[in-house]
Amino acid sequence: MKNKIYQSFDAAMADVADGSVFMSPGFGGVGIPRNLLAALHRQGARDLTGVSNNTGTLDEKVDVGTLIAAGQVKKMYAAFTAPTHPSQVTPFVQMYNNDEIDAELVPQGTMAERIRAAASGIGAFYTPASVGTELAEGKEHREINGRTYVLEYPIHADYALVRAWRADTFGNLQFRMAARNFNPIMAMAARITVAEVEEEIVPAGELDPDKIHVPGVYVDRLVQIPPDGIWD
Amino acid sequence: MVAEKERLEREVVAMRVAKELPDGGYVNLGIGIPTLVSNFIADESVVFYHSESGVLNCGPLAEEDEQDIDLINAGGQFLQPVDGMAFFNTVDAFAMIRGGHVDVTVLGAHQVSARGDLANWMLPERGVGNIGGAMDLAAGARQVIVAMEHTDRQNRPKIVEDCTYPITGKGCVSLIVTDLAVLQPTPEGLVLKEVAPGWSAAEVQELTDARLIIAPDLKEYEL
Repeated sequence: MKNKIYQSFDAAMADVADGSVFMSPGFGGVGIPRNLLAALHRQGARDLTGVSNNTGTLDEKVDVGTLIAAGQVKKMYAAFTAPTHPSQVTPFVQMYNNDEIDAELVPQGTMAERIRAAASGIGAFYTPASVGTELAEGKEHREINGRTYVLEYPIHADYALVRAWRADTFGNLQFRMAARNFNPIMAMAARITVAEVEEEIVPAGELDPDKIHVPGVYVDRLVQIPPDGIWD
Repeated sequence: MVAEKERLEREVVAMRVAKELPDGGYVNLGIGIPTLVSNFIADESVVFYHSESGVLNCGPLAEEDEQDIDLINAGGQFLQPVDGMAFFNTVDAFAMIRGGHVDVTVLGAHQVSARGDLANWMLPERGVGNIGGAMDLAAGARQVIVAMEHTDRQNRPKIVEDCTYPITGKGCVSLIVTDLAVLQPTPEGLVLKEVAPGWSAAEVQELTDARLIIAPDLKEYEL
C-alpha cells in the first residue's frame, strides 16, 4: 500500500499544477491549513482558483490571502470578500478593484452545500438562500411546494488542504471544536486531499472508529506539523 | 430638533429583543447589537445559541487568559467551554439554519423595507461585500428579528419604503427593534407598535422613510 505520510509540506504540495482549483478551510482564524498554504506559496503555482470562507485577513499569519497577494490566484469563491472595517484594505480588495482577480461571492451555507454536493456526487440542488437577491439573478428558479428555490451547482476541486487535530496512518481524521468548520466537507470534495496534522499521526487502530470525522477514503496525504511549524 | 433627541442605549435595544426569545429556543445572534442580547435573558429561561462556526449552546466569552484557540463564535470571539455544547461542520451548521431548526435569528441591517426586505451584506460604495451566513439565515431561520439603530451615521433613515442597497432576503424580517421604536413589517405596510419613552409616533415617522401604520394599541417600549 502507498504510504500516505509525506515527510514535508513542500513534498505534499510539489505536484500542484498551474490552473489548479484548491480548497482552503477555516473560519474566524481557526482550522486553517497554514503550513500547507505556506508550502503552496513557496511552490509558486499560478492561475489557481481558491475556495475559502474568506479572501484573507490583514494579520501577519499565512492564509489564502498570502497566495492572493503573491498573484498566484486568478479567482476566488468566498462568502466574505470585504475586511470587517471599511478602513481596512486587503490585497484581495485592491486586486479586485483593479480587475486583477475574479471572485464569486457565495452565501456561506450555499458554499458548504455546493462543496458537499461535489463530495457526494450530486449534480445540483435547489436552495432557498439568495432567492430575490442579485446573487440569484440569471439562475434557474423552481417553485416546490409553494416555495421558490434557486438551482446551485457543485464546486469541485483538484486539491483540498485541510488542518486536522488527529490522524492515523490510514488517513482517518479528527477535528477539534470549531476548527472542524469546512475541513470535513472540503476533505471529501477534492481529487487529492492533503491534511496537516497537529497531534502525532498514530498507527491505524489507535483512534476510536466511532469518533472519526473524516474516514480515510477521502484523504490522500498526511503531513505531521513539526515543532517549528505554524501552530496558531 | 427630532434628530437630536435622546435615543435608547444599545443595551436597552438588546434588552427589548431578549423578550422575544422563547424559553428553550435555538437562537442565532448576529454581530453588533444582536450580540448583546444574550446578556439580557431572564434568569428562569434557557436559550441555546447557535453559531455558524459549528458550535451549539455557545456560552459567555472567555477571559483573556482562558482562551482556547479552537473555540470561537461566528464573530471569531473566544468562548468559554460550557456543559452541553455540541460541535459540527459547516454543512450541519447550515442544515440547522436552512432546515428551519433555528427558531430565531437576530441580525443587524443597513436597511429594512416596509415589507420586511433585509439589506445587510453590502454597501455599494465599497464594491465588495460580506454575505457570510446572512442569506441562509434570512431564508431559513423561522423568525428574523432586526436589531439596529433607527438611522445611519448621517442620520438617514434605515427603515425605507424600498431598499436601495442590495438585499439579503425578501420579506424575511418579522420584527424591527431600534433605539426609537418596535415595528412590524406586514404585507399591508409597516406597523408601529412601540415607541421609546419621550418619543411620539410623529417624531418616529420623521426619521422613517417608510410610511408608518400606527398600531391601534401603540405602546411605550416595553421592557
